[in-house]
Amino acid sequence: MSPRPGFMLDVDRSTPPTLFWHGEGFRLERLPEGSRVLYGPEPLDALADPVSAIRRALLEPLGDSAPLPELLRPGMRLTIAFDDVSLPLPPMRRPDVRQLVIEQVLDFAAEAGVDDVVLIAALALHRRMTDAELRHALGDRIYDAFAPHGLLRQHDAEDPAALVHLGETDQGEDVEISRRAAESDLLVYVNINLVPMDGGHKSVATGLASYRSLRHHHNARTMQHSRSFMDQDHSELHSSNWRMGRFIAASGLKVFQIETTLNTDTFPEQFRFLQRREWEWTGRDRAAFVASSSALARTPPRLARTIFHAIKSPHRMTSVQAGEVEAVHARTTANVYAQQLVEVDGQTDVLTMGLPYICPYNVNSIMNPILVACLGLGYFFNMYRGRPLVRQGGVVVMSHPTPWDFSPVHHPSYIDFFEQVLSETTDPVEVGKFEESFATDPWYVHLYRTGHAYHGVHPFYMWYWCAHALQHLGGVIVVGGDRAAVRRLGFTPASTMADALEMATDVVGPGPGITHLHAPPLVMADVR
Amino acid sequence: MRGLVFERNLPRFAAARVATSLAGSGRGVGVSPLRLTDLDAPELPGPGWARVRPLLAGICGSDLSTIDGRSSRYFEDIVSFPFVPGHEVVGVVEEPAAGGGPGTGTRVVVEPVLGCVARGIEPPCPACAAGHTGGCERVAFGQLAPGLQIGFCADTGGGWSAAGLVAHVSQLHPVPDALGDEDAVMVEPTACGVHAALAAGVTPGETVAVLGAGTLGLTFLCALRHLTRPGTVLAGAKHPQQRRLAAELGADVAVGPDQLTRAVRLRSRSLEASGGLTGGADVVVDCVGSAQSLAQCLGMVRPRGRLVLVGMPGSLRVDLAPLWHREVRLVGAYAYGTEHTENGARRTFDIALEVVGRYGLGRLVSAAYPLERFEEALAHAGAAGRRGSVKIVFDLRPRRRARDGAASERVVEEVAR
Repeated sequence: MSPRPGFMLDVDRSTPPTLFWHGEGFRLERLPEGSRVLYGPEPLDALADPVSAIRRALLEPLGDSAPLPELLRPGMRLTIAFDDVSLPLPPMRRPDVRQLVIEQVLDFAAEAGVDDVVLIAALALHRRMTDAELRHALGDRIYDAFAPHGLLRQHDAEDPAALVHLGETDQGEDVEISRRAAESDLLVYVNINLVPMDGGHKSVATGLASYRSLRHHHNARTMQHSRSFMDQDHSELHSSNWRMGRFIAASGLKVFQIETTLNTDTFPEQFRFLQRREWEWTGRDRAAFVASSSALARTPPRLARTIFHAIKSPHRMTSVQAGEVEAVHARTTANVYAQQLVEVDGQTDVLTMGLPYICPYNVNSIMNPILVACLGLGYFFNMYRGRPLVRQGGVVVMSHPTPWDFSPVHHPSYIDFFEQVLSETTDPVEVGKFEESFATDPWYVHLYRTGHAYHGVHPFYMWYWCAHALQHLGGVIVVGGDRAAVRRLGFTPASTMADALEMATDVVGPGPGITHLHAPPLVMADVR
Repeated sequence: MRGLVFERNLPRFAAARVATSLAGSGRGVGVSPLRLTDLDAPELPGPGWARVRPLLAGICGSDLSTIDGRSSRYFEDIVSFPFVPGHEVVGVVEEPAAGGGPGTGTRVVVEPVLGCVARGIEPPCPACAAGHTGGCERVAFGQLAPGLQIGFCADTGGGWSAAGLVAHVSQLHPVPDALGDEDAVMVEPTACGVHAALAAGVTPGETVAVLGAGTLGLTFLCALRHLTRPGTVLAGAKHPQQRRLAAELGADVAVGPDQLTRAVRLRSRSLEASGGLTGGADVVVDCVGSAQSLAQCLGMVRPRGRLVLVGMPGSLRVDLAPLWHREVRLVGAYAYGTEHTENGARRTFDIALEVVGRYGLGRLVSAAYPLERFEEALAHAGAAGRRGSVKIVFDLRPRRRARDGAASERVVEEVAR
């Protein structure tokens, strides 16, 4: 039976309570009659033989690219860059698609006699991956062959010697990327496209760039003009990256882009109820929900976090395409939409969402309040094409414990941003005045380069990610969150969903239309 | 007349220490050497002395430390028992000094340090001769029983007594009519802040970090702004109300104490090593006086910077390796006397009167209690920050008793929210 498409459910008296993620836990909420619940399509069928599919993609590239073997020759410099730990979410079971793809690229390189090969994790300003994370993403064979010889590297956006300034776009945007990549005869980029924002020219122009380059599109103004940043045709974020990507191509760097898409088969068997539509829950699903909910309620938050971050997703690959960047990405985007896009008729007054324990920036770490805001108002809010799911002046209600808790190892600058910047202003434009001091702070630079810390400027980017939503919305309410932390974000805390919906009427008026963005699975609204 | 007396009683001193370690500061009064009793007015020690009837008398951190059984043994030789506590005093002159000084009925604040002049010591010690009465070398000698201040001396009485106190004419400062009693009772702690701000030697543009935002921290901030031209001023304050006041009274950045080091690091663009910053603030001011606070301050002062100790410490166990290695100057700041400012030599209290008026520091008086409710008052003072309060005082004003009818049942809450 083929996967069923996504759809919008109208809540009536017979509708069972709706599942909300709530950090390292879940809530069942009974939404008012007349509310709508947006369900994503069921997971698409995975490629039956991903290894063959990858090989075919490399041999039959899209656009004006030659097949990969024709681009390889002895004596050349080959660099293979790959997406970092922020993808996919949750981390997938072995073998990771990056491993499957890179193994074949390396096989072709070996057959062609290429021996100057370097692998680079395209971190941009994300934290460095741990050895275990690299090993998981690449597999033992690749890791053991490259890491001991210093040929498996992590992009260092703060090493002047490892960067090269290629010039400026016609809009005056600095293009500064990894020197090794820029000076290679061929750059192969291996991507995982989990949401439509990923991939395309953004892979190289962002993943291998420096702050000097990134600041041109990672800012409040750009994000306010990206409507949404999940829709590349209406995203200033993407326009800037595309200008940079084309500039990189024009500077002579040959990029062979390999993009993959995954289905939304996100959680293992014991959490399968998360992906089932509630009225279709079996007795086993209900038992699993009750058992996991009651166990989690008694589990200390730190232990619950450890349990969830140990989850390895059964994601499977639904497509792989390779070749010229733009041709590849057009196909990839269509494939992502096939998995995630659902037509929606009209906007809503109140948009509710349950936020999980994980986002791209806290893999194996703490989901701090800034990341909660970014996940809700950055990622989920922007999962639309056409118009936002919630109307101008509407309200977003997010469910998450929002603990006042930070990882000092991964997010040191977030702590200072939260304590000293958000305490002064939550306006994404206003916070920009603090950006440079954080971005150039020598301690943050040190921790980014030598530890596993996100770059000093990263919390600003997270806040900029919220800029469009903050400009659009009339209010943001967080259910079940740490009240002080929620207030520091500039949002309103509520104890229960019922309270939150009541409070929302103060902003949008009585009898509001309510829509719930049901996740998982990931879903993108095509709002008409 | 009713008054509070602190007696030498080692078992009760020890009992108070145990009780407060279990129940919290100010909550061991019942077993402490402090008791409410009938007192006679103290004798005038000589012709230069006046009798003062207190109106308001503050509860200071040093008073609490004594009553909690936590004060340093260092003070044993420079206090005398039994004494009436209370050195933050605004009162009226009941019996003026023979030969001059404020007349009967004049409202005065008391500068409590008992230096050579008050003690009748001639010639005065070098410190007193230079106007630094806070550094007097003779506080255990002369015509009076030992006692570094009124409120710690058996001969003078203190502010926590309706029987009044005696003060040398040199210790009396008339209060301008523009200042209320609540403002006036803040003059003594503000003088401490003034002296500390000048002792810090802040030069224009220097970064100053202040740890602690109780009465001393807040008055220090005001004095710092009034007297110097610092660059960024950062305050570490434990409670939200303290952070709000710190920001109002002069801090550019007011954060929790656990965030102060991070805030200093961010502004000094330091790295971190050995449990502290590699750089740090030019001047760090410890208005707490604990081992923990001193260690934190050592970790956020720059090499060759100054660390000013304003909060009263006791016997502390602190690793001084960073002080040695980074050549930090540790500066104590106690009391007041004469300050040498760019406007010439001025009495600290005169400057404090200015500061209190300019910043309206009477608003820091959060609650006033009658003497009879001293246990509640001290418990409140011991938990002031947590309860959103700053300065707790005893109210000895008879007119208020008359007006209220049942003063002993009343607590005047004037929390400046």
